[in-house]
Formats: sequence, C-alpha cells, structure tokens
Amino acid sequence: MSEAKNLNLRLRVWRQPNRTAPGRFVEYPAKGVSTDMSFLEMLDVINDRLILAGEEPIAFDYDCREGICGSCGIVINGVAHGPQQGVATCQLYMRHFKDGAVITLEPWRAKAFPVLKDLVVDRSAFDRIIAAGGYVSINAGSAPDANAIPIPKPDADAAFDSAACIGCGACVAACKNASAALFVGAKITHLSLMPQGKVEAGMRVMAMIEKMEEEGFGACSNEGECEAVCPKGISLSNIAKLNREYFRARLRRFWS
Amino acid sequence: MILDGKVPSGPLDAKWDQHKFDMKLVNPANRRKHTVIVVGTGLAGASAAATLGELGYNVLNFTILDSPRRAHSIAAQGGINAAKNYKNDGDSVYRLFYDTIKGGDYRAREANVYRLAQVSVDIIDQCVAQGIPFAREYGGLLDNRSFGGAQVSRTFYARGQTGQQLLLGAYSSLMRQVAGGQVELFARREMLDLVVVDGHARGIVVRNLVTGELERYAADAVLLCTGGYGNVYFLSTMAGNSNVTAAWRCAKRGAFVGNPSFVQIHPTCIPVSGDYQAKLTLMSESLRNDGRVWVPKQKGDTRSPEKIPEDERDYFLERKYPSFGNLVPRDVASRNAKVVCDEGRGVGASGLAVYLDFADAIERLGEDAIRGRYGNLFDMYKEIVDENPYEVPMRIYPAVHYCMGGLWVDYNLQTTVPGLFALGEANFSDHGANRLGASALMQGLADGYFVAPYTLANYIASTKLEKVGTDHAAFAEAENAVQQRIDKVLGVQGGRTVMDLHRELGGIMWEYVGMARTREGLETAVGKIRALREQFWNEVKVPGRADNLNKNLELALRVADYMEFAEMMALDALQRTESCGCHFREESQTPDGEALRDDEKFSYVAAWEYKGEGQAPEMHKEELNFEFVTPSQRSYK
Repeated sequence: MSEAKNLNLRLRVWRQPNRTAPGRFVEYPAKGVSTDMSFLEMLDVINDRLILAGEEPIAFDYDCREGICGSCGIVINGVAHGPQQGVATCQLYMRHFKDGAVITLEPWRAKAFPVLKDLVVDRSAFDRIIAAGGYVSINAGSAPDANAIPIPKPDADAAFDSAACIGCGACVAACKNASAALFVGAKITHLSLMPQGKVEAGMRVMAMIEKMEEEGFGACSNEGECEAVCPKGISLSNIAKLNREYFRARLRRFWS
Repeated sequence: MILDGKVPSGPLDAKWDQHKFDMKLVNPANRRKHTVIVVGTGLAGASAAATLGELGYNVLNFTILDSPRRAHSIAAQGGINAAKNYKNDGDSVYRLFYDTIKGGDYRAREANVYRLAQVSVDIIDQCVAQGIPFAREYGGLLDNRSFGGAQVSRTFYARGQTGQQLLLGAYSSLMRQVAGGQVELFARREMLDLVVVDGHARGIVVRNLVTGELERYAADAVLLCTGGYGNVYFLSTMAGNSNVTAAWRCAKRGAFVGNPSFVQIHPTCIPVSGDYQAKLTLMSESLRNDGRVWVPKQKGDTRSPEKIPEDERDYFLERKYPSFGNLVPRDVASRNAKVVCDEGRGVGASGLAVYLDFADAIERLGEDAIRGRYGNLFDMYKEIVDENPYEVPMRIYPAVHYCMGGLWVDYNLQTTVPGLFALGEANFSDHGANRLGASALMQGLADGYFVAPYTLANYIASTKLEKVGTDHAAFAEAENAVQQRIDKVLGVQGGRTVMDLHRELGGIMWEYVGMARTREGLETAVGKIRALREQFWNEVKVPGRADNLNKNLELALRVADYMEFAEMMALDALQRTESCGCHFREESQTPDGEALRDDEKFSYVAAWEYKGEGQAPEMHKEELNFEFVTPSQRSYK
C-alpha cells in the first residue's frame, strides 16, 4: 500500500437550484484531500466546509457506497463515473488524481434524466421501462420446486453477467444519443437466457423498447461509450442480443 | 406489562399451518376496497408490496431513494439459507430452526424461527421462478455453500451479489404490480410520522424529498419495512440513507422496541482508515470458507505478513474452536478479533485489524477458482485498500452490520399498535441476540412473501375499520408536529455540522455500547448521549431551506432521532447484566471468555415503551418459553 498523501485540488461543480432554474459552474478549492479518500468522502469534507462557511452544500445522490445500489453518478472530467474503469463514483479513490488538478463535476445529462438539483437527476424512466416488461410473471406461492428445471451453468453465469447491471444510468450519460440500449439489453439478455423468462420474451422486448423510446432515450449510437463507462462491465453483446430478440419478436408478430 | 407474543398452541411443526387455517380471510372481491401502506422497498418491503398487489389489495409503497431497486438489501453479498437439503448432508427444517435458535443464543421466539425455517424452502422456489440467476453446478442444479454457525451447506448464492439479485427479483415483481395499477409507487419520500386514529395505525405523513412538501396518506394498515438502525454508530456497513426515523416515530406513537441493544458486529470488514470516513465496507462472511484468520503470536510484531513464519502465527479461531474453525458465528469471530487486538497483536497501521489469508486456498485450488468464488470482493478490497489480496493477506476488523433488535412484533408481525406491522430487519423477531449469516435475506423475504400477506388479511377481516380520510384531525396533528420539528432544526443555526455531531454520537456508541459492555461504561454512555443531544439542539447548523431538495435537512432529522434512540439502546444494554450473543457484558463471561447467559433472569425479550420527552422509557417483558429446544451454553469448540 502506498503512503497516503494530501492533494490540493480545485473543483468546478455544476450548481443548479432545481429542475427549471438555469445552472452554472462554480469553482471551489479542495485543499488537503487525502489520497485514501473516496471521491464521495472528498465531497462530504468539502460540503462540511461549505456549510460552516454559510454556503449551500453540493447535492449528490449516494447510498450504499460500495458500488452496488447504483445511486451515485457524477460525470467527472467528462467521463461518467470518472477516470477509473469498472467502478461507480463511490468506489473511485482520490489516489487516481494528481496534486493541483482541476476536476469538473457534472450531473448525468440526458433528456430522459432531468436534473433535480446540482448533481442529482431523476432516473425514474428506468423504473418505468422495467415496469413495461422487465419481469417474469409469477405470483408468490405458485412456483415449482427450485430444482425442477435444470439450467446449464454457462447460461446461468451469462445471465448473471447481464443481471449484474446496477441501473446507475452511466450508459445513458456517456452516449451522445442518450440511448438506454445497454440498460434494456442487459435486462432482456438476462431474462432471455433463463427458461423462466422465455414464455413472455417476445412481448417483453416489444414493450420495453416501446417504453424506452417513449421516455425520450435516443437510438443506439453504435460507438460503445456505454460499455466503456459501465461500472459492472456489461458488454455491448447485450445490445446485439437486444436487437436479435427485437427482430425475432417483430417477425413473429408479422407472421402470426 | 407482560407481553403476549400470540404464539398459536399445538406442536411446533403444525403451528403455522393451523394458524393459517384459523385466520380470517378477505374475499378476493373485497380486497380492492382496502388500502395498505408499505414503507420501504428492500427485500421485506418490495416482496410484501408485490405480493399484496398480486392478491388484489390497493398498495401504496414508499421509498426514500430514487428507485425501489436501490434499497440496502441490494448490498448483501453472501447468500440466503433454505432447508432444501439438496446436498443430502443432513439438513432439515428442524435443523435450520435449531441452528438459528442456537445461533441467536436462545433469545428468539421458537415459533417464529420454526416458521422462518419452514417457509425458507418456498422462498428459493419463488426466487428461481422469478428468473434469478443463482449459482449452479455443471449438471444445471442449484449450488450451495456453507456459512458461519452451520455444519451443512444450505446457502444459495449468486456470486457475491446475492442480495442484489434477490432484490432485483422482488423489484421486478413489484414493478409488474405497479404496471398493473395495484401498487402505487412513491419514490424520494421519507416517512416522518405515523398517524394513529382510535388506537389503530391509519396512515403516515411523509416529506417529498424533491419539493419539500409534507404529504398525507391514509390506509387500513401500515407495514413498516424500513430496515435497521446501525448508523447510530455513524460508521457501519449500512447505506448512507439507512436510518431509524420511521421506526422511531412509530415508537413514539406507541410501538414498543424489542431488544434495541442487540446489534451485530460483523467480523470481516475493511478496517477504518481515516476520520473522513462515512462508511465501512463489508467483505462477505463467505470468505471465511477459504480464508484463514490469524495474527502474529508475539505482541507488537510489525514484520510484514509474508516474513512471519508459520510457527509464529496464531490461527486463533482454528485453535480455539476446532470443530467450526473459521466458520464460527459472527459474534464469536468478532469478539475474538477484538481480544487479540486488545492484547496488542493486531496488525496494520492502527493495530486494529487481523489477517484473512487466502494463500493456502490459492495453493490448493488455484487463483482462478478463488477468483470465480470471490472475484468481485477481491476487486473491491483492492480498490479501497490499494493492496492485492491474491498476493498479501486481507486485513479485516469487525464493524456494525445488522440490527437484531427492532420494533417488537407478535407472531403475526404486528406491533403494539394495532394495524402497524413490522417486517424484515425493522422488527426484532427471528434472530435473537445474534443473526447467522445468510439469514437476513431469508427473513426479509419470508415476512414479505409468505407471512404478512396472511396475517394482514386476518387483521383486516377481523377489525372494524371506519373510513378515515387525510382530512382527519390526527393527520393535521401529525403533520404539524413534523413541521415544527423541521422548523426547529433549521432554526438553530449553530456552529457544528450534522456529520460532525453524528460522528461524535457514533464514537460514544462504539466505545460504550459496542463489542464489550460494562455497567460503568453504559452509565457513562447514557450521560454522554444526553449531553450530546442537548448540544445538538443548541449547536447544529443545517443549511438551506425546507421547501426543496435539502439532503442536509434529511440527515439532520435522522440524526436528531438517533440522539433519542441511542439512549434507549444504552438503557437496554444496561438492564441486561447477562451476556448473550452480540451482547457481551464483561461482568458475565465463562472462565475462557465466552458469553455467559443467565437464563434464570434474562430469558425474555425486553420491549421498551416510549413515555415522552425527558421521561425514562418503560421496559416490558415477553418471557421466552423454550418448549422444544433446551437452552444450553453455546459451544462451537
């Protein structure tokens, strides 16, 4: 473990009082930041200083602080979740920054994710996409024995890789079209690999894609920024799978 | 008052089935006439809301987060227990029941625990049917692993992200009901009071966390699924927004609090590195399947771990507990780590850590096998600590992790306020004085999918509920009380931040109401908590206004409640002069330093009644009757 050092930084932070008011960048000094701090711990410290100075602290979402709940998300120097690949903002550590650096902090920017305040955005569009079909229709109490249907291990493992999506929205923030294709693709891929999800596969993909478009997400840009920023390593193959499932469902609808 | 747990009579294995038959039902056509509030969307809340929606009730479901999928159940790593006996290694419903009662050091209610073990098998069926990608063997069947406090493999898992997968399963069922209009979802709402009309829970007052507006919701019953209060210690493995406020407001409206001092300190967490830290990170207990816990034999040995030869290492858990080894229950593992650190044998810069070493497992199974089992945990450790655990042993130390205590509930999960139910970690019911690993997920889902839907129907069918609207005077009174508290906390404008005061409270709690407790220490804690509470109301500085998104105001209201709740925890720990499970009173230990229970005097649940500001809470007892198991000194040797 390298010895902890203190950094002197400057933060350029997007401040916006509410959904409708205009926002702007404001600069704050961030002195004496330990390289052992997480990015959000650094913001905690800065916020406590702002409060004591009589200023309003910077609003940002967080909860678990271990990279699994998907609450946090800041565009750091133009990159969703910052410079370190494979981690959410809460798991980014200050040792990845250089002394004297200027760090720019912005919220996710997408039509479907309106800014609520500063770095906090409304991602409820994701919930509405899941409500459109991201489930297996099973009521509590009606399930067969858990081992009744064997599932090949490679399928279960691949389904897990897709199901690991934390719904943070970085994929949308990184895409120039603000597309939700990776998010939707991950759920479609997960459920299409499990036998329990197959019965409704066609209806599901049609409904979720329709909802995605209705919520104002753009079309896939095919540039792969989503995969590059995903803290859970959800791969682009999920989008390819989404497209295959979608065309299969459309053909089926056309022929039936 | 002697509390009645309302345990049905009859043989242990027939109680729940008979009770299900005896309880009244609500006709399917009548269910839509009843509105039920579910507060929280973790495993308990999401599963309850989804299931009640499936049954046809009108459900109003609230979360303080921006989406139900973010509730802290998502962070559970290791797994979920179920008595399936797929491994043919001697498991059964009775054994899961027995392990859980024993693991809880005989301070849980037998009938509840047996029911939990019974429905555990249905939970796994339900979760698989939802499409949850559990770990599987090459034959396609479900894989299991073993966990602390058990000698069978009954833990189902999805890599190190079991909580995430189970929660996303419950969330998907919930969103299906939202789409169907059976559940109305209210995100970014925080419950700030319970509304009681004619002695029955009839609604809640919430703050809209985006607009700051106070909102009223009325219902025929309220299900509280708001998790635990571990953040009273400031540093814990809980999420930043986990808090006691909703439960504490219910306590102030008449719900008793059961065993509030029973808090689990988890043995395998990443040690504290600096005072800016706001959160500790858990490393799943499953790591103890392959990792070996050790410290140097000599005090003050500062050599790096690879330079300490085998015969100068003390694998203290394997040495003291040969039959369970590194897989002793959490309370035992944590306390032993504290003991060796107190002896001056701790490692790392602070001396407050022990090694968790995978070298033997890597040599035996290969690095790839270890990566397959724990890859995400190893990555997380490396990112936080900046050390590679494939090469050097992890350093771990205990941290606050789970609350066995919570709102007191009877067998029906109903609190002492009729119509107010508490599910999951928010109640006190199933884990006694120590929870076994992989049992929290089991309990949350048991309560939500398979218990509350039955007992709630019985309450609705057997209670005459007049129509109550949000214009009722009780709603106005509750809303006013909330408004006044908000105005008061914003009005102080002192010189200390909420986080600063919260950190100080956490320090007091960890020092005196933590892993080792004494009469003197607990009395000191009560005095310090009272003084700090006064300081809070004179010195706190909350920025901004109440009429918009103000995260510091949210925190301030929660910390204000912790300042009150903390005192009840210390008083509870003070009255229980025995040791049991997590609750270690230094005055009560066996010659070799294990927790020494006193069943003559303390075989009861302490249920605390709030008596008003400045008044001492009153303790009531629910006697625990062990009809089916005989409490004995726990031994894992």
